[in-house]
Amino acid sequence: MLTVFLLLWPVAAALLLHFFKGGAARVVALGAALVELAVAAFAAVVSRGNVSGQFDVNYQWVASAGINFHVGMDGLSVLLVLLTTFLVPVILLAAFRREYENPSSLYALVLFMQTGLVGVFVSLDAFLFYFFWEVALIPIYFIAGVWGGERRVQVTFKFFLYTIIGSLFMLAGFVYLYFQTGPAASGLAQHTSELSAFYNLNLSSSEQSWLFWLIFAAFAVKMPIFPFHTWQPDTYTESPTVATMLLSGIMLKMGVYGVMRWLLPVVPYGVSQWQPLVLILSVIGIVYGAIIAIRQQDIKRLIAYSSFSHVGLMAAGIFSLTQTGMQGAVIQMLAHGVNVVGLFFAADVIERRTGTRNIADLGGLTRRTPLLTVTFLVVLLGSAALPLTSGFVGEFLLLAGVYEYNAWMGAVAGLTVIFAAVYLLRMFQRVMLGPDSSFTSTITDLSGAELAVMVPLVVLVFWIGLFPNTFLHISEPAVMQLLNIVKR
Amino acid sequence: MTSLIILSVFGIINLFLGFLRSNKLLMPLAMLVLVIVFGANAYDWSLGTQSFFSEMLVVDRYTVAFTGIVVLTTLLLLPFSEKYVREGEANLAEYYSLLLFALVGAIMMVAYNNMLMLFIGIEILSISMYVVAGADKRNARSNEAALKYFLMGAFATGILLFGVALVYGATGTFYLSQLGAAIANPANAEFTPMLYIGILLIIIGISFKVGAAPFHFWTPDVYEGSPTFFTAYMSTVVKTAGFAAFFKLLLVGFGGAQSFWMPTVLAITILTLLIGNLGAVAQTSVKRMLAYSSISHAGYLFIALVAFDQNLSANGIFFYSLAYSVATVSAFAVLKLVADQRQREDYDGLGGLYRTNPLLAGCLTISMLSLAGIPLTGGFFGKFFVFSAAVSQGYIGLVVFALVMSMVSIYYYLRPVIAAYLRPLPVNAQPVYVSSFQSVMLVVLAILTVVLGVLPGLVSGLL
Repeated sequence: MLTVFLLLWPVAAALLLHFFKGGAARVVALGAALVELAVAAFAAVVSRGNVSGQFDVNYQWVASAGINFHVGMDGLSVLLVLLTTFLVPVILLAAFRREYENPSSLYALVLFMQTGLVGVFVSLDAFLFYFFWEVALIPIYFIAGVWGGERRVQVTFKFFLYTIIGSLFMLAGFVYLYFQTGPAASGLAQHTSELSAFYNLNLSSSEQSWLFWLIFAAFAVKMPIFPFHTWQPDTYTESPTVATMLLSGIMLKMGVYGVMRWLLPVVPYGVSQWQPLVLILSVIGIVYGAIIAIRQQDIKRLIAYSSFSHVGLMAAGIFSLTQTGMQGAVIQMLAHGVNVVGLFFAADVIERRTGTRNIADLGGLTRRTPLLTVTFLVVLLGSAALPLTSGFVGEFLLLAGVYEYNAWMGAVAGLTVIFAAVYLLRMFQRVMLGPDSSFTSTITDLSGAELAVMVPLVVLVFWIGLFPNTFLHISEPAVMQLLNIVKR
Repeated sequence: MTSLIILSVFGIINLFLGFLRSNKLLMPLAMLVLVIVFGANAYDWSLGTQSFFSEMLVVDRYTVAFTGIVVLTTLLLLPFSEKYVREGEANLAEYYSLLLFALVGAIMMVAYNNMLMLFIGIEILSISMYVVAGADKRNARSNEAALKYFLMGAFATGILLFGVALVYGATGTFYLSQLGAAIANPANAEFTPMLYIGILLIIIGISFKVGAAPFHFWTPDVYEGSPTFFTAYMSTVVKTAGFAAFFKLLLVGFGGAQSFWMPTVLAITILTLLIGNLGAVAQTSVKRMLAYSSISHAGYLFIALVAFDQNLSANGIFFYSLAYSVATVSAFAVLKLVADQRQREDYDGLGGLYRTNPLLAGCLTISMLSLAGIPLTGGFFGKFFVFSAAVSQGYIGLVVFALVMSMVSIYYYLRPVIAAYLRPLPVNAQPVYVSSFQSVMLVVLAILTVVLGVLPGLVSGLL
């Protein structure tokens, strides 16, 4: 029931929001998001050390087709639900600072999207998973489209087409798998789209080979993996910061999570066939994204490419098929969510005050904005994987995982740490240090409400960096179980 | 059967109501009758199979289900004829009567058990449609549409009737079940070409009526030229009834000759999907885009015919028609309201709708998402049931092709949404006037679409 509550509550709040305006709408939206966070945190505490079958709810959904409304959370799901429910109130708080037209619709869409996101992380039925997967897409399309920048029409259109075409391939794969369950040539009611049934299919290795790409298409676009990434920098740059945070902080994790739950255990032979290729693509993405990031002049674009580079490492870690790599990906999903939201928020703060995101136009912010400087620096170092911060644990485990698979690949992937330090510190140096520019001479420091966004993020950066086991313990049994199925 | 009688009788009474000085009563009365018909039809569900007129008409659950769709569609569509009421259209009563008569034809098409009844049903439906296509008498496009529809339709009717006659000549019966038995009988394995030519001509005739490629060429012009209200009727009720009739004919009547006609039907399916979707991409008028989109949906429904599974296909056609009809009515309703008041039917005409009429923009979005088959809407499960019927019979290549086509369709279904939300308001555009009753109906349509998308189990297991 807890899971169902997590799914229904944001929708209910979103509907309720239509009756509120201005300040009241903010209170309702934030209140609803905090309640959701509290429930998710409770679930995380309860689920520690358990494997699966937690909070399972199973109803018949389309009985005539054997489709069930089956949701549940194991350690992996619960962490991602926790990340989602933590970031949504932070993102809402960040959105309050900016004058958006028609704000209560915006908040309603964010909450509506939360249902889709949580749904993706808890679904245990393929069609339900696909359902939530698309439900998460529709609100973000409107957030990015309606409240976005000048080129929003073309950019969001490209984004929508890319992702939905990717997910239609996944749907085709699921439909095929669905018909492999149950006796051949029987009515729909004998088939099932249960995840566990997909795990137990006997698929030939050639079937798995093409099924891998059908299913992977959706995840590869969403993450994105090189060369499916071309929608990403434009979308991140043109979207309002709310949408960018949702996309990079949470939505990207849908892809990573999808690979772990819906790809590796379902088509293990397919995975082992394509493992080298995907690893190479991931490593190319890591290096390519980092090199482009170094050359960026726009802060938001730079963070977008850095995110692309980081997610490449997550993919590489997962596809190393080692426990280290998988656990690294889990912790890095959390860390990256926290870091990237913090980075985008800092970029937004700077843009709002100076009217520019161009690195060349900025400089000397430190003197007038000590609070911004400190918090920005913390999330930035977290992103650059400095020891004791959140990024370090994840990247260390991920690199170790890739190294276990292939030492050379690990070495190339390891460049990401150096590159990240280069482009992030270079940006920090040019934006925050150095002489004043005409744009920055009147800048003011973070307000109380903005601190309320940054401080929780900073706390988590250190928490994940210092006590990663809080989270790793929760996900470990689930990850072991997934790996056991893959290695079967 | 009760529904047929009520509709026919009231259709005639309604003609005389036209003599009343005020025509404000016409729409509420017509809606009331449709509600009664819907209730009477629902009651038939509990009665099991009944047959009438020497078994020429059979009312079984299949019939009841599809009658339900066409009656419901008409009921949901009627409120959007309000403009004609307000402007004191002189022949309003006639148009309502024609719609009701068309409905009689549609019900006969889903209830027939005899090819003559099928023919009569198609004709009752078509002749009403020829007239209403030209309802906008002072508009040259509308006249063109009516004439084109009539000429093409009469031609198709001739082909259909020729086919019926040939099949009768070969088998000696008009009755579906006897026809089926005669064709399936191995003793008659060596049939004359007469039967096969007859079957082919019937398939061509009906494909014509439902607007399937390559017999679709009248559709865009007729749909664009006709008043939007009637276009919506054509692309929903006529299609639903046509496919219900088609499937029954193929399953019960021509089932034995499956290996003969299947390649033809398969070819029509592929062509229809291709032409409908690619044609829609190139359009600049929303109405014409919807016309091509209706061709493409005929293609998806054809997939259910190709799958040819008694339960899965019937269920697929039923759910798909329902979801498609609801979404299409809503799309045309929004388009009609906007186009009538802004006097333009292109994409930019919908510009800024989100600012002036958020309700219209929201309903338009939901209907477009449903037509594109995106989850949370009925259209997704419509496609799901149709595609899974085809996959269960091993047509994987066809489904992949259809999936690619639905990817294409997302492009053109998104354009009205983009226009409504992201494009600027046209110069001098006022908020679109929507009466409160129409608003309620739009909300009902949107809720229906979402309910079909979230709880498909409510109706998916009926057939």
